[in-house]
Amino acid sequence: MNLYSYILRRLLYVIPVLLGVCLIVFVIFNVVAPDPAFLLLGRHATLQQIADLHHELGMDRPFLIQYLDIVKSAFTFDFGYSWSSKQQIWEMFKAGAIPSLSITLPLFMLVNFSAISIALLVAFYRGKLIDKIVLIVSIAMMSIPSLAYILFGQWFFAYKLGWFEISGFDPSIPGFIPYVILPILLYVMISIGPDTRFYRAIILDEVYQDYVRTARAKGVSELSVMFKHVLKNAMIPILTYVIIQIPFLLLGLLLAESFFSIPGLGGMVLKAINTSDFPVIKAMTILSALGFIIFGIITDVLYTVVDPRMRLK
Amino acid sequence: MAATAVTNTVTNQSKSLWRHAWSTIIGNRLSCIALIIVVFYFTLALLTFMGVIAGDWGKEIGPSYSPPSAEYIFGTDIFGRSVFLKMIKGAETAIAIGLATSAITIVIGTILGMIAGYFGGIIDELIVWFYTTISAIPGIMLLVAIAFIMGKGTSTVFISLGITSWVGLCRILRGEVMRHKDREYSQAASALGAGSFRKLFKHILPNITHVIIINFSLTFEMAIKSEVILSYLGLGVQGRPSWGTMIDDSKLELSRGVWWQLAAATFAMFFIVLAFNVLGDALRDALDPKLKGK
Repeated sequence: MNLYSYILRRLLYVIPVLLGVCLIVFVIFNVVAPDPAFLLLGRHATLQQIADLHHELGMDRPFLIQYLDIVKSAFTFDFGYSWSSKQQIWEMFKAGAIPSLSITLPLFMLVNFSAISIALLVAFYRGKLIDKIVLIVSIAMMSIPSLAYILFGQWFFAYKLGWFEISGFDPSIPGFIPYVILPILLYVMISIGPDTRFYRAIILDEVYQDYVRTARAKGVSELSVMFKHVLKNAMIPILTYVIIQIPFLLLGLLLAESFFSIPGLGGMVLKAINTSDFPVIKAMTILSALGFIIFGIITDVLYTVVDPRMRLK
Repeated sequence: MAATAVTNTVTNQSKSLWRHAWSTIIGNRLSCIALIIVVFYFTLALLTFMGVIAGDWGKEIGPSYSPPSAEYIFGTDIFGRSVFLKMIKGAETAIAIGLATSAITIVIGTILGMIAGYFGGIIDELIVWFYTTISAIPGIMLLVAIAFIMGKGTSTVFISLGITSWVGLCRILRGEVMRHKDREYSQAASALGAGSFRKLFKHILPNITHVIIINFSLTFEMAIKSEVILSYLGLGVQGRPSWGTMIDDSKLELSRGVWWQLAAATFAMFFIVLAFNVLGDALRDALDPKLKGK
């Protein structure tokens, strides 16, 4: 199969998956969820008020129409208005994206760069003491819940020692830096353990391959084996893992953003959950699924470009 | 001499995958310690479940927010209850959630994965479509959505976690069953007149159980950690102590200098999650034939 028909086939598969995502969202929020009338009007609403609200929200229409509405919103990005803030959701999304990215983008680069570097280093010294220490420390760091890192970090480093801003955000360009340093550092602590362990496993998978033995037998230096042979081949799974993280950058950091009062998308989702703001949760679910699907395709296509063996399948 | 040598080789050869795995785990000091820790936590949970220990965790034992001292090992909480007893009782909650979540994950993942891999065709495509769809939604969003419509409570925690975490197992098992269904032993079973059901559960399933066991240790640990996030979102365990609610409580207590609930819950959670991580790695090394010899 040639590359273009493969890409086309993968792109066409977006449609059934997106329809499926809409179906799940529809079943959860339009069929199973408790009646939003009680959430919006309180317990003492009259039947007339409830009926009016149902009409206003379009809930008195047949299920099929309601489902098609969700499908339409997934393709047009017109998600309607938030119940709690009455703002247009697409506008809220655009406003929240920048603060979220100001944390997730530096975090993404910092974590991946350091985790890959450490993984290469310990793969070079595999089986030695430093490898064992790094592995144990990584697993130990993974064993502390992320909420504990955030609670302790904010209380100790920002509140007690006063090294960082406790919370808040400044949308101007250099002004945002002091507010994002601590959340970024805490999330580096949270993510570096699992990432290092993952990259180490990938690199070690390559280290034991036959071609590495051949290279060594030819007298290639260990350093050159590591960078020219091992890293190049390990790049395929590494690339997959890195790219699939990109849609999550937009989703923001659910926990950190509310703790540090950063007006990003993670905080927006959390607020929507607390106020039962269905349209916002629906929109964020569909948007993040869309991002995930698109970047999944990009990964698959890159795979076939980087590794010719994949094209035959 | 010759006779003993022969018996020796025979016993070596007959060492099954499970016996081999067991001796690998016991032989490694680290995984041995991890196994002991896991057994310790399970015993603790069983004892609190039977009410032998920590049955009176709800009793007021001293003034509100007493710091840790000789009298109150980990201090007291807002109602003057012992944080130490809450921590021990929390082990029961954590292990119940871990077990229930893994059970749901294994049932859904195994059944769908085996059906998809064995029957192929349209059934396979439907199941693949279903799990592609589920995995396209970021786990946390789906988790929150399901927990949200189910309302607060312990059952919400493990049902929502179970429903959202079976995809990985299903995907692997589908591939494994595809590899196994045309093997000779499977053909032999058909030749003897075994039906699909018998072939799947009697012949193929025992050959892929190791995948399920490795997945169990991962799911268990993930469930304990995710309970914290659900508690923070106000969707967690109600009416009994859990490490998640203890950590969540401390978000308001820390500014008043009350750090011991956070410390106790994190401490308790740290060792069991660490032990499951180490054990999961050890199990994978011991049971996954592809990695053997590395």
